[in-house]
Amino acid sequence: MTLTRLVDQDRAAVMLTVDGMEVAAKSGDTILTAILAAGFGFVRTSEFGDGPRAGFCWMGACQDCWVMVEGAGVRRACTTLVDAGMRVTRR
Amino acid sequence: MRVVVVGAGPAGVRAVEQVVRAGLTPVWIDEASDGGGRVYQRPPKGFRRDQRALYGADAVRAHELHRTFDALRGRVEWRPDTLVWTVRPGERVLHTLARGTEAGEVPYDALILCTGAMDRVIPIPGWTTPGVATLGGAQIALKAQGVGIGARPVFVGTGPLLWLAALQYAKAGAKPALVLDTTSFAHKVSSAWGLLWSPPTLLRGLRYTAALRARRVPIAEDATPVAIEGEGRVTALRWRDAGWREHVTTCDAVAMGWGLKPEAQLADLAGVPFVFDAAGRNWVPERDAAGRTRVGGVYLAGDGAGIGGAEVAELAGARAALALLADHGQPADLVLVRHLDGRLRTEWRFRLALERAFPFPSRLAASVPDDTILCRCESITAGELREAAATEINRGKALTRVGMGRCQGRVCGPPAAEVLAARLGVPVERVGRLRGQPPVKPIPIGAGT
Repeated sequence: MTLTRLVDQDRAAVMLTVDGMEVAAKSGDTILTAILAAGFGFVRTSEFGDGPRAGFCWMGACQDCWVMVEGAGVRRACTTLVDAGMRVTRR
Repeated sequence: MRVVVVGAGPAGVRAVEQVVRAGLTPVWIDEASDGGGRVYQRPPKGFRRDQRALYGADAVRAHELHRTFDALRGRVEWRPDTLVWTVRPGERVLHTLARGTEAGEVPYDALILCTGAMDRVIPIPGWTTPGVATLGGAQIALKAQGVGIGARPVFVGTGPLLWLAALQYAKAGAKPALVLDTTSFAHKVSSAWGLLWSPPTLLRGLRYTAALRARRVPIAEDATPVAIEGEGRVTALRWRDAGWREHVTTCDAVAMGWGLKPEAQLADLAGVPFVFDAAGRNWVPERDAAGRTRVGGVYLAGDGAGIGGAEVAELAGARAALALLADHGQPADLVLVRHLDGRLRTEWRFRLALERAFPFPSRLAASVPDDTILCRCESITAGELREAAATEINRGKALTRVGMGRCQGRVCGPPAAEVLAARLGVPVERVGRLRGQPPVKPIPIGAGT
């Protein structure tokens, strides 16, 4: 998929890491936006072996975008905003 | 009197407004950090688009709602970022989890649940592929993040949101590759008499379609999605036109949705009985026209009490609050009550017409291929549910784990019921609905003790 930054993208850069890799996001991005806009393509892998997932509902309902945030545990990527220095691991 | 309102969307804002107006200080809880709900969700700090760009024809309504929310927030016990994960109706206590870590209990004498809705979807082969989102999700991505789920997305489903989301994407600079409506144009036209109850809404719908045509966005009506193609990412949609000819449309994302379904899990856990709404083909918590339920102290308003849309939600929120106040011996504004009752009657008639104009394609839902994932949490296929051939959906859940995953059947519940009902050859309401279980959303182990 190609999550595309379309409008309202003139915001301050925020650095975080995803699976240990440095990623430049923007202030106000959710983790889901940050990961997908950086070109990672997915945020988790189905534990049943049917492939990658990249969220679905974007509103905290489907629970299909869980990631691990260091110090905070499992979080929904679609309803959690990025913070500078955040360390995110895809599951 | 301890009044608690859950939800800060259109219904919740108008409910709290009336409670505060009566001189009370309610506890007001929302899972989000801001008011507005999903329909009038505001972007985080730092975004600069104006209301017109964000909410289009609804900009004035959104602005008024945000203004009211901002004025009320300081006059109530506002608890943002807080999930209500269950309710004990006997003791009249809510269990909450703030910021994902802080557990709490909130007692109430009267409770207004304004818990909103989510998209109703139909699984099609490939729907778990990265790049597929709900229509509402695609819209939130654009509205609250300024991003598109793709640069060349396809929009699949039916209903006003299908056309609105596609147009919003086109205006923001994306190039919609196709709008696929499962409803035929003729059906929509023949249903239009009912839509005359609300001419502005009808005209708005026609304007969206005309604007998309003017932008040369390909449109297919009375069409059927067949499969989403691509390994690890969406590359195309395979679909059939009204004449059953197959087409392949190259795209990088798919937004899909067939109307909305109530997020009524808390009403369920509160013990409110449910009824099947045949027009909307949804199970809805039972309530009277004012929002009263049979459960002591529990009131319902907004899409969580039956899909009516944002305008109905505002009216219903105020109306439920006035019912609560009257029931608890507070003086009620009878002129306002009469006005709201009249408006609600008109709006519901329009809503009924809208449901008829954009019917849920139950045959498509019932015919999900055997090897297609039905429950995306547990990766259970439609074939597995058919094979179990349970006579009731909760039995089907016990046998196959359909709906047992982390979303609690929010997503797969309606199509699973259609698949099972078709397998058994009975009307969909006969197989029942997935019962709610606490917690309504996952919470860390230990937080619930």
